[in-house]
Amino acid sequence: MSAEDTHSSSVEVAARVERRWAIIAVIIISGMALLAAFAGIHQATMPQPRVETTDPSRIHLSGEFVESNLGSVLEANGNVTVRAIGQQYSFTPACIVVPVDTPITLRATSADVVHGILIQGTNVNTMLVPGYISEQLMRFGKTGDYLMPCQEFCSFGHEGMWGKVKVIDKAEFANRAKSGGRLSCVGQ
Amino acid sequence: MLVNRKLILAHFWFAFAVFGVALTLGAWQMFIRSPIGTWLSNPELYYRSLTAHGTVMGYVFPTLVAMGFGYAISESALEQRLVGVRWAWTGFWLIVIGSIMAVIPIALGRASVLYTFYPPLIGNLFYYLGVVLVVVGSWIWVALMSINLRVWRKAHPGAAVPLAMYANVAGSYLWAWTAVGAALELLLQIIPVAAGLKNTIDAGLARIFFSWTLHAIVYFWLMPTYIAYYTIVPRAIGGRVYSDSMARISFILFLVVAMPIGIHHTFADPQVGAGFKFIHSAFTALVALPTLLTVFTICASVEIAARLRGGRGVFGWIRALPWDNPMMLALAFSFVMLGFGGAGGLINMSYQLDASIHNTQWITGHFHLIFGGAIVIMYFAIAYDLWPHLTGRELIDVRLIRTQLWLWFVGMIVTTFPWHWVGILGMPRRMAYFDFGDPAIAPQALSVTFSAIGGFILLTSGIMFIVILARGMRAPLAEAGAYRFAVAVHQPTTVPVALNTHALWVALMIALTITNYGYPILNLATTAGTSVPAVYVGAQ
Ligand code: HEM
Ligand SMILES: [Cu+2]
Ligand SMILES: [Cu+2]
Repeated sequence: MSAEDTHSSSVEVAARVERRWAIIAVIIISGMALLAAFAGIHQATMPQPRVETTDPSRIHLSGEFVESNLGSVLEANGNVTVRAIGQQYSFTPACIVVPVDTPITLRATSADVVHGILIQGTNVNTMLVPGYISEQLMRFGKTGDYLMPCQEFCSFGHEGMWGKVKVIDKAEFANRAKSGGRLSCVGQ
Repeated sequence: MLVNRKLILAHFWFAFAVFGVALTLGAWQMFIRSPIGTWLSNPELYYRSLTAHGTVMGYVFPTLVAMGFGYAISESALEQRLVGVRWAWTGFWLIVIGSIMAVIPIALGRASVLYTFYPPLIGNLFYYLGVVLVVVGSWIWVALMSINLRVWRKAHPGAAVPLAMYANVAGSYLWAWTAVGAALELLLQIIPVAAGLKNTIDAGLARIFFSWTLHAIVYFWLMPTYIAYYTIVPRAIGGRVYSDSMARISFILFLVVAMPIGIHHTFADPQVGAGFKFIHSAFTALVALPTLLTVFTICASVEIAARLRGGRGVFGWIRALPWDNPMMLALAFSFVMLGFGGAGGLINMSYQLDASIHNTQWITGHFHLIFGGAIVIMYFAIAYDLWPHLTGRELIDVRLIRTQLWLWFVGMIVTTFPWHWVGILGMPRRMAYFDFGDPAIAPQALSVTFSAIGGFILLTSGIMFIVILARGMRAPLAEAGAYRFAVAVHQPTTVPVALNTHALWVALMIALTITNYGYPILNLATTAGTSVPAVYVGAQ
């Protein structure tokens, strides 16, 4: 075999190995994309799909996020809706109360700068951007207390912006919800 | 042929000087918010420090390294004196002035908005103007890289552009275009408010503009490292580049797919709908491709070096590698960190998994591992490799260099592994203080302590790096010869036009950005009533 032959056959081997690797890489990547699509269709925790706006300079005055409407409410279908706002440097309500094993919709916004809501030990994690409404579906499998820090820098008091979530028994929640109004666990 | 050595040294020295300062701030931050630090009675100081640390490490330091390295590549790979030296110095001084202009308001506590800006928080005007000057200075470099390549092409019609220069110019175009997002945000939105011409701002739109920059800037940081993988490492350890065309394809892929994916940074945001979030998520999966290709080509190139040195067996060749060579060490450390960091990155980019770590300390742990670790350790290697050619003196402290690299690697692992862990536990990022006395936070105390110790190891390593380079300026004179780049196993004499030019790929990059960003931006810009009052930092 001449040097020329060895050279061209080594080029071929190199090209073949390389091609195989490229194919494997493409398979890995399409596999991951399919996995994401599959999990998405079967409803894992999903990013927020819809865009809704709200004017932060008027939320205190009227509409969904007036103070008297903040907190948890039991809907007719048995689900729960929680409404909250973030402002420098606290959440209102600072303590959110919800029932265990219940589909919950969290609707929240910011009254000033960008904040975030993160409930430790869960996948609940969303940004609060002033001007827009964040919505996230959640469901707690265990009763107990969860910490709810603000997860985005919102100026000098950011490190002190920690809320709380109290997950209670379903019956207890239903009982408290009977009297109507918006529930929270502030001061408990 | 390195003629403009002063220019290149000026870039590197300014880069490493600001890096040293920012590194010290990083170590202090890690310490002060750990259980071994004491409660900082004024958290405001933490955010001054964090703004400075992020601005320097994110904008100033990597940009200067890319620029200095780019000038070195242009002169030595093209074997052509740099065209436009005056302009290059202008760019350099713009960056120096910009950095000083930005850092003064930060130090005074007037610009504690962090390097991500996130309006409606608004800081002092001069902070933003300083950042703009830094970007403008770097754009001069982009233009010069393009011009120098064109001059060379004229003199060498039809010849294959050297790989190092091909990649360098691809990186510069990527930077030019990715910086446009933040530039639009600054010029159209933030600066008018900071200058007092307006007092409302669309915070959602600003986040979209910023995401345009935020993802691909990561690939700009990575470019010098990848160029070193392909064109320095094989030469330094006595091997060959396994495939020149695979290398070109990887750089082109970065150019094309790094841009239209930034909205993955806003998965948790309310101002983007599911459609574009999912499209960007799917495109994001593609950026794994150039990295997987690179891992293959570099491992194969390293294996060639080992076999040339007599290595045998399926894995036995690994022992035949020149492990006492700093370049070999740096590459190995870089690859280990890239492996762990890359695995973490796959979690971040996932449409669903992201929710469990978004804006937690996992994220800061992740980018320190990949950026501060895998990328920066190769910046060190580049500096060590170039230094004798720039100073005309020998770097004699090879043992010290090895120790420095070891410390950086160990320090990075000790710092970032626990950092990831507390993120999984739900510890939020960017906090000046944690109440470790709270039983729910107490379990994180030990991990944060480890990270703080790791921070001091890193600081030690960083100081050693600067000392080694400084001593290299006074070492005995020694002629280092011409600065050369690695050659491929089959060094091409001609390359297909598509792999020898950038126009097609730049066009594709811009087109994909427009399809993936055009609608979300237009939609937000035309939605009424989303501008909110600005909140001025330090105005209380
Ligand atoms: C001694 C080594 C280092 C330590 C201990 C350190 C520590 C830190 C800390 C504590 C934070 C803030 C995290 C938070 O509050 O959530 C931070 C942020 C950051 N670090 Fe480092 N760092 C180091 C080196 C580096 C290096 C080498 C780079 C890159 C070249 C880097 C880039 C950044 C960036 C871009 C941020 C983001 C700033 C922000 O969140 O606004 N750091 N670092
Ligand atoms: Cu906050
Ligand atoms: Cu990204």
